[in-house]
Parts: sequence; structure tokens; C-alpha cells
Amino acid sequence: MPNKIIMNSDEMNRSITRIAHEILEKNKDVKGLAIVGIRTGGAHLAERLIQKIKEFSKQEISSGILDITLYRDDLSEVGPQPNVKETKIDFDVTEKTIVLVDDVLFTGRTIRCALDGVIDYGRPKSIELAVLIDRGHRELPIKPDFVGKNIPTSRNEEVRVYFSEEHGKDEVIVEEIK
Amino acid sequence: MTTAVAATKWTKKDLVGLRDLSREEIELILDTAKSLQEISLRPVKKVPTLRGKTIANIFFEPSTRTRISFELAEKRLSADTINIQAQTSSAVKGETLKDTIRNIEALKVEMVVMRHPASGAPHRLAKALDVSVINAGDGTNEHPTQALLDMFTIREKKGKLAGLRIAFIGDILHSRVARSNIWGLTKLGAQVVVCGPRTLLPSHVEELGVEVTTDLKKAIKGADVINLLRIQTERQKECYFPSIREYANLYQINKPVLENAKSDVLIMHPGPVNRGVEISSEVMDGPFSVILDQVTNGLSVRMAVLYLLSGVRNSGGEE
Repeated sequence: MPNKIIMNSDEMNRSITRIAHEILEKNKDVKGLAIVGIRTGGAHLAERLIQKIKEFSKQEISSGILDITLYRDDLSEVGPQPNVKETKIDFDVTEKTIVLVDDVLFTGRTIRCALDGVIDYGRPKSIELAVLIDRGHRELPIKPDFVGKNIPTSRNEEVRVYFSEEHGKDEVIVEEIK
Repeated sequence: MTTAVAATKWTKKDLVGLRDLSREEIELILDTAKSLQEISLRPVKKVPTLRGKTIANIFFEPSTRTRISFELAEKRLSADTINIQAQTSSAVKGETLKDTIRNIEALKVEMVVMRHPASGAPHRLAKALDVSVINAGDGTNEHPTQALLDMFTIREKKGKLAGLRIAFIGDILHSRVARSNIWGLTKLGAQVVVCGPRTLLPSHVEELGVEVTTDLKKAIKGADVINLLRIQTERQKECYFPSIREYANLYQINKPVLENAKSDVLIMHPGPVNRGVEISSEVMDGPFSVILDQVTNGLSVRMAVLYLLSGVRNSGGEE
């Protein structure tokens, strides 16, 4: 089966714009809001959301990048350790509403890691979750607050989100794993 | 700093020396240390990465800095730790090194951090045991994590290592710190010069690709970094040099000597320092000194080593 294109550049942009509006609609107090992207796809998505939120609200907004590698629950499985990249959370998370951002929501395990990671920085007022694609197959009780698109998938498929910053184009595809 | 080695994967069970590592592996450790640096700045200075793993720190030689640094690094990664000092262990009752470690392994320890007075001791253990072995200093051979933290500190301050001139002053002959640094720095493209009294310079050291001199002025001219080694005053009994006072006169780094150095030179020292012997107090506490940064960076570097090694298991030990 050939790769299916789920979203093109325009569709991605429209979804991201809508999510930015929804985040602002739900969180009137922009000063109390912070956007934290999960490396690496989530960080690109977060960057775009931040630009749009700044544009729509005319206000600066706190932001950060989270690397969840050190919190993974599969590290003890045999094999080379995944390379760790820097986590950058330079603001005080206490009493803030944190919007975690990831490109694809799948089993929910990454989000579990990210929740632990954020809480190690302090006690936020609340944590919300924004994802571009929700592909189902949850293994943990985690539900997103903001979704770009729900895509029913089977387990032997993979969802890839490309961002022009890293891959030279904006596109979401579903491909079958051989 | 950009990470150019994202594709490198760590596959070694042990860290016994920088002699055995490739340039890419050294850079992977340094990059990983950079990523782990911020953990020590958080309100909760701990990540769950090594939860449920046990690490034994076995020191057959006295150590304060290195032992505390390893233990803290282990704790920041949530590992459980046990500390064994040779003076209080069964080693004094005649148990062999291998038997001591075998017993610790039977307690299901995953990693062993060891300092030992015999050069090559960790290499033998690494071969004999399934668990990961980290060399925390073996005789006069290597002290890899010290060299890695020195390199990390230089990279933090200067933004690079390649092309820099790094001078080591003092007792090169007995220095495992110098030896590890020479292996690492030359692999990363730095230019190394070693300087000290002739009796404290190992013969054939130039074969490692370093410049050798007994003239302090020559060594520090154009140096980007001056890394001082402790004058092991106990060696003085072995008559390597006439007196501490004469050594200080000829090789001490003090303010007048630094007038010949670059204006942005870094002064480093692995500690413990003999103030007034290899370095004057004025310089040690002065603006060029990054001696305390080295201590801070040691933590991140050791966390990086523990993290990377924790993913690798041996399929079976060999005798």
C-alpha cells in the first residue's frame, strides 16, 4: 500500500491556527500560560503555535522544550541508550497553565513521561495537551485537550509529521510498516 | 553548541580509558553531559532514569572529589549506591580484587565504579565481569572521567577543542589525569604540551603526539589553557626534585608568570591543590581560574557516562 497523505501544508497550517485560537479561547490569561514542546516534532509544532498565539494575543508568552528520554519506561531494555538532548524550561512553572505540545498522540507513554518531566520543575496550576494528530491505541488514560485531526490507524501503520524546518516540507503521511 | 554526533550510538559496556574511545564516542559523552547539565539547576535535582539500578563505588585509594561526584551523579539519576573503601573492606583480610567484585556482583549490582592503585586493574575486571566497569583512576594509567570533565570545561569556555593549545604543568610522570587528557585532547584535535622537571616527564611521552619541554615560559606561551597537576609532596621523598621550594620557584603559576600568557587563558587543576606550591593563591582565586567550574561540570560528565553505559549489557563474561 502506498503512503497516504493525510494533511498537506495548507491543511496543517489551518489546523495549527485553529488550535492556537482554541488555546487562547480556553486560557484568557496569556501571562499565566506557557507552551512546552516535546522534542523533536512537538518542539516544531510548539514554535508555530507560539508565533500564532503571540500574533493573535499581541502578548509575549513563556515557552520551553522538553526532552523526555530520561523519563522513558523502556530504557532498561537491552540496546544502546537513545541520545539525550537538552531540556529548556527557563520560566517558573509554579502556578502556570502549561500546554504540552506533541505532533502525534499514540500510546500516551510519551505524554506520561512529559507530565513527570514538567512536574520535576515545580507545581503547575494545570497541564493541558495539544497534538496535531491523534491516532488512537492509547495504553494509558490520557486524553488531549486540543487536537488537529483524529486519524484511525492500525498498529502496523506509522504516522509521520514533517515540518519544513527539519524535513524541507510540511506534510502528514501514514505509511505501512513492513 | 551544535551536536554533530547525533548519529553515534554508545555500544561499550565499560569506560576504562580514553585510549579505547573514538573521537565520536568522546563527543557523544560531552554532548550528553551538556544535555544533562540543567538537571542540577532544577528545584528537584533528580530524574528517574536509573531507578532500580544499583551501583557500587569501590575505592582502593583515598578520594574525596571523585567519589562524591560519582555518588551524587548516581543519585541524581535515581540509582541506589553502595560505597566501599578499601580500608574497611575485606581487602585488608586478604581477599583478592576479583573475589571482592564477584561478591558484589552476586548482590546484583549493575555497575562498578572503581579506583585502584594498580594500573590496568579496571581493564582486567571489565574483561572478567558482566557488569559495567567505570575507571575512577587506576595507578598512573588513566582517569577518564577527570579528562572528560576537563575537556567539557574547556569546550564550555572556549566553544571548541580543536586547534587549542593546552599546557600540562607538573608531575606528568605519575599523572593519570595528564595521560587521559593526552589521549582525549589529541583525538579531538587539540595541541598538547607537557612541562615539568625532567625527572617528572615520562620518557617517550612525545610518541603520544605531544610537545615536551622543561621550560615553563615556553610551555605557557600561546597556551589557551594551563592545566596544573598536583605536586605529590609524598614523591619528594623519592628525590624526583631537590625541594618543594625549588619546584615552586621554577614551575609555580603565579601572577608574574602569567604575564607571558594569553589574556584569556584558562587555569585548571584537578585538585586537591597545594596552594603556594604548583599555584599561588592569587591565581587560584583569580579571574582565569575555572577550578570550581571543573568540579561542577564533573557531575554532568559522570551522569552522562553512567547513563550511556547503563544501556549496554555483556552477553557473557570471559575469563
